[in-house]
Amino acid sequence: MDWTALSVSLRLSALTCLLLLPVGLWLGRALALSRFRGRALCEALVALPLVMPPTVLGFYLMQAFGVQAPFGAFWQSLTGGGLNFTFTGILLASLVANLPFAVQPIQRAFETIPPNLREAAWCSGLSPSQTLWRIELPLVWPGLVSALALTFAHTLGEFGVILMVGGAIDGETRTLAIAIYDRVQAFDESGAAVMSAMLLLVSFLTIGVVYGLAGRRRWRRG
Amino acid sequence: MAVSLHQPGPIPLAADFHCEAGELLALVGPSGSGKTTLLRAIAGLYRPAGGVIRCAGETWFDAAAGRSLRPQQRRVGLVFQDYALFPHLTARGNVMVALDHLPAAERRLAAEQWLARVRLDGLADRHPAALSGGQRQRVALARALARNPRVLLLDEPFSAVDQVTRRRLQRELALLRDEIRIPIVLVTHDLDEAAALADRLCVLHAGRSLQQAPAEALFRWPASPAVARLLDRHNVFAGRVADDASGRWLQWGPWRLEVASGLERLSPGQRVSWYLPPSDVVLHRRGRPSRGERENPVQGRVVEMAVLGGITFVALAFDHCDDTLRFELPTHAARRNGLAQGERVSVSLLAAGIHLMPGARPVDDEPVDIEPADLSGR
Repeated sequence: MDWTALSVSLRLSALTCLLLLPVGLWLGRALALSRFRGRALCEALVALPLVMPPTVLGFYLMQAFGVQAPFGAFWQSLTGGGLNFTFTGILLASLVANLPFAVQPIQRAFETIPPNLREAAWCSGLSPSQTLWRIELPLVWPGLVSALALTFAHTLGEFGVILMVGGAIDGETRTLAIAIYDRVQAFDESGAAVMSAMLLLVSFLTIGVVYGLAGRRRWRRG
Repeated sequence: MAVSLHQPGPIPLAADFHCEAGELLALVGPSGSGKTTLLRAIAGLYRPAGGVIRCAGETWFDAAAGRSLRPQQRRVGLVFQDYALFPHLTARGNVMVALDHLPAAERRLAAEQWLARVRLDGLADRHPAALSGGQRQRVALARALARNPRVLLLDEPFSAVDQVTRRRLQRELALLRDEIRIPIVLVTHDLDEAAALADRLCVLHAGRSLQQAPAEALFRWPASPAVARLLDRHNVFAGRVADDASGRWLQWGPWRLEVASGLERLSPGQRVSWYLPPSDVVLHRRGRPSRGERENPVQGRVVEMAVLGGITFVALAFDHCDDTLRFELPTHAARRNGLAQGERVSVSLLAAGIHLMPGARPVDDEPVDIEPADLSGR
């Protein structure tokens, strides 16, 4: 059992969830509520990682992270280091790859809130931010939870993008999914089996916990 | 509260009305007439291009001055058509949302007092999904009133409940009015409801306020054929003012009609629309002449007879015009007089009931367009 790889995987998944949550909330709400020019383009861009082959996405990210590319150069000037083959690199790649998983469920949840609920809150004296906290967030809670669950599970199993951007550096970019692949390559099938079972268990527990949370609502929509 | 809103589009508005404290004003009109838009503009949820809204000595909206208070600042109580209750909060929680102006410790008790006032005691812990339509409406009303609003706005509040519940809720609203001394604006397409509940009605069409008056006056003296049609009044005809040495009369086809008032303001030869309430049509009894028969007698052919319980609705056609004259009478009277389809009958058109509408174009060349007639009623 490669505990280091498991810890990289869990760290990557947790950080991806944590960083994508505010982005998903802001972007999902904006896409659900505002009507602006270029909204369809924006939605298409968010959904793009969903339909792109992971290796293709990984390839482009690898190119963008290189020091010759504007983004890579900018990052280097900012931090003094590169992005390819680093944990930060696979974290950034993971944020991009998981954008649709975080945004879409939240967007759908905001779309189900009748607009007059927000207006009723304003007429009751709630400010827009109070309305968000006291009315909207409790109502989109299930969408929020499923966004987190999808993002977490998807990051845990991500392979192509991570391999392209990060390679398989022990303790840095070798996630459990990549470690399993390495074991199979080395004909260590029993090692791969243990790790696969571990990944299965962690995934199952995650999904179980979050759906348990989402189900704890005492009200149903009338 | 005084409202004057104008804009050419996208939703055309040309509405002027006012509503005093303690008064209930009903905005009536067909769907698409801008009723809900006006309500939303008062609440601050819609911002028209031009106009002014003043309430309780404060300017809420003034397009020219660029002033528009946010909904939170206006303090309106708004009951939405579908109530818009927060589904994740209990009845108490829904009301407490509107009680942020109170210290936290007092909100719970205050919410329960409001629920008790709308007769929902004991149901404070229920979520909206576990309440009936009528109960939800009461929660919405309690929530709207809990903030001590300066105006109460009701958007078709009785449209989503059954007939029995509607009657009960209407009665409760009538009782509640005595306790709250603020302007109440009710939006409805139900004329009976508006007539029963409101002190005054404001008739709207395509965003334009056509006439404001108490229901009784509105039904007797509509300002224009358009208002009459919007109020589902029939008996709108076109005539011509005529005179000779003996006096002035209204010439309607072959008939010379006396009119109690209004003719003196018109000039001879002028074409004019006129309206007669069905209650001012008197059927001549067969073989038994009675008083009043000498007043504007006309003869027509029965083209429609609908018996609805104890009341029979009759439509008479005339040779000189396409419009029918409608009136109603007790079914037993219709039987006794042998009224039947195709029969020729005589009726009197009471001179006091004939209402002239000189501001508007005559009915026969007015298809859908509306003339801004005399807005003050009569």
